[in-house]
Amino acid sequence: MKTPWMKIAALGAAGALALSACSPSASEDAGAEAEGGGGGGGDTITVGIKYDQPGLGFREGNNPPTGFDVDVAKAVLAEMGYEEDQIEWVESPTPQRENMLENGQVDMIFATYSITEERDERVDFAGPYFMAGQDILVRSDEEDITQPEDLNGRNLCSVAGSTPAQNVRDMYADEVELVEQDGYSECLTFLQSGQVDAVTTDDIILAGLAATEEYAGQFKVVGNPFSEEPYGVGLPEGDTENCEAVNEAIQTLQENGTIDELLATNTEGVDYEANAELNDNIELVSCGE
Amino acid sequence: MEDILFLFEQYPIFEGFWTNIKLAFWSSISAFTLGVILALFRISPVRSLSWLSAAFINLVRNIPLTVLVVMAVLVFWGQLQISLHSDFNTNFFLLATIALSMYHAPFFAEAIRSGVNTVPLGQAEAARAIGLGFFSAARLIIIPQALRGAITPIGNTLIALIKNTTVAAAGSVLEASGVMRTMIEFNPNLMVAIFLIIAIGFSLIVIPVGLITTWLSEKLAVTR
Repeated sequence: MKTPWMKIAALGAAGALALSACSPSASEDAGAEAEGGGGGGGDTITVGIKYDQPGLGFREGNNPPTGFDVDVAKAVLAEMGYEEDQIEWVESPTPQRENMLENGQVDMIFATYSITEERDERVDFAGPYFMAGQDILVRSDEEDITQPEDLNGRNLCSVAGSTPAQNVRDMYADEVELVEQDGYSECLTFLQSGQVDAVTTDDIILAGLAATEEYAGQFKVVGNPFSEEPYGVGLPEGDTENCEAVNEAIQTLQENGTIDELLATNTEGVDYEANAELNDNIELVSCGE
Repeated sequence: MEDILFLFEQYPIFEGFWTNIKLAFWSSISAFTLGVILALFRISPVRSLSWLSAAFINLVRNIPLTVLVVMAVLVFWGQLQISLHSDFNTNFFLLATIALSMYHAPFFAEAIRSGVNTVPLGQAEAARAIGLGFFSAARLIIIPQALRGAITPIGNTLIALIKNTTVAAAGSVLEASGVMRTMIEFNPNLMVAIFLIIAIGFSLIVIPVGLITTWLSEKLAVTR
């Protein structure tokens, strides 16, 4: 400790140690899961999900994740011969989904991932396992909003840069006051305080939000979807083998009613029904195109 | 090239950048004005004013800008239900401008104070000797010289402010970075082109500011 530079270097080293000591235990978690996964094929599979969408993909700390997407992922992978402890969950936020698949950070993604042509250029899709549609969430005592046309002159909240926000801009740009936020939880606080009259996005996401304990009974889904969002399973480009296996699994789960069951358990307590017309005859995409 | 043309046709990229420029324009004017006032208070002989200014500077400067912007929307508008305008776009633009001005005023104030330190003590003593009070001395003698000495730090603050206008996206203002998010959502296949457009766009706005500041700081330097 002769020079000030040595002191600074020592401080830096101490800081680096302290920081690495309290970094999240992601690697530990992964290690534990890899050890536990002795059965089946032996390998673990990395699945990308949302961590912040209650009812679809939700995870707090290192608790096991919950939600419809998570349950479908488990069921599909079970059909493919994976044990639950072979699945490693990873958060895959909307703007990063394509990158994560391309870089090999995840093997597949179940994260409210709508199949679109533009996305299909970079990744492959299996499914869809569910047909969502853009819908409207209102306060339970709201009687006047029953269809998208009723939004004229009303205040609306959605997530910045999302498909639903853009849809509203395209369809009702002049008649609707739109506030855009980072996440739907912010939108719900506005809806609760009365600053906006409605929140809009895919119906199943709205149902999941309304079903949380915090807001139980306060909101309802209007139930008049005005777009089609086929939720698919994102796979790396060219992974035809997994794509076919996933499609086969989804086919089975649809036929034996598992997907409907999982949907019902995850939206319990909310007055919500999936769009039957679209969901009864889902046509799966063909792999390897 | 085709991709870039397609993006420009499909998305309001120019409107986005124009919003950033408008935000930067109004917030830099109000932040600078507030900064001059804060700097005056800070160097004033009245202890309570000096203390007040120091307290404001140290408090606001240490709150992250994102927190200020989110607070403006979530707390002021969302919970306290204070609307500045019935039109949503104008309302959020005003809220974002206020948050940006509040955040950058302390930086302008400190830049000006650093300029004040370049003014020799003799100037203040001479001003007092010819009978000028504090505010006349500050207005006529100290601040003009201080501003000329502080052009570089003021320019740096201005550049930071221009880039920080992207944080307004968190406050529901549709500007360039918000347009970028929309483009990524719908055209992830053109990710590289999207990032290039936004990066080059900001460079085109910011580089002239840097050049002008350098030129001004040389031209206006006080020769002593």
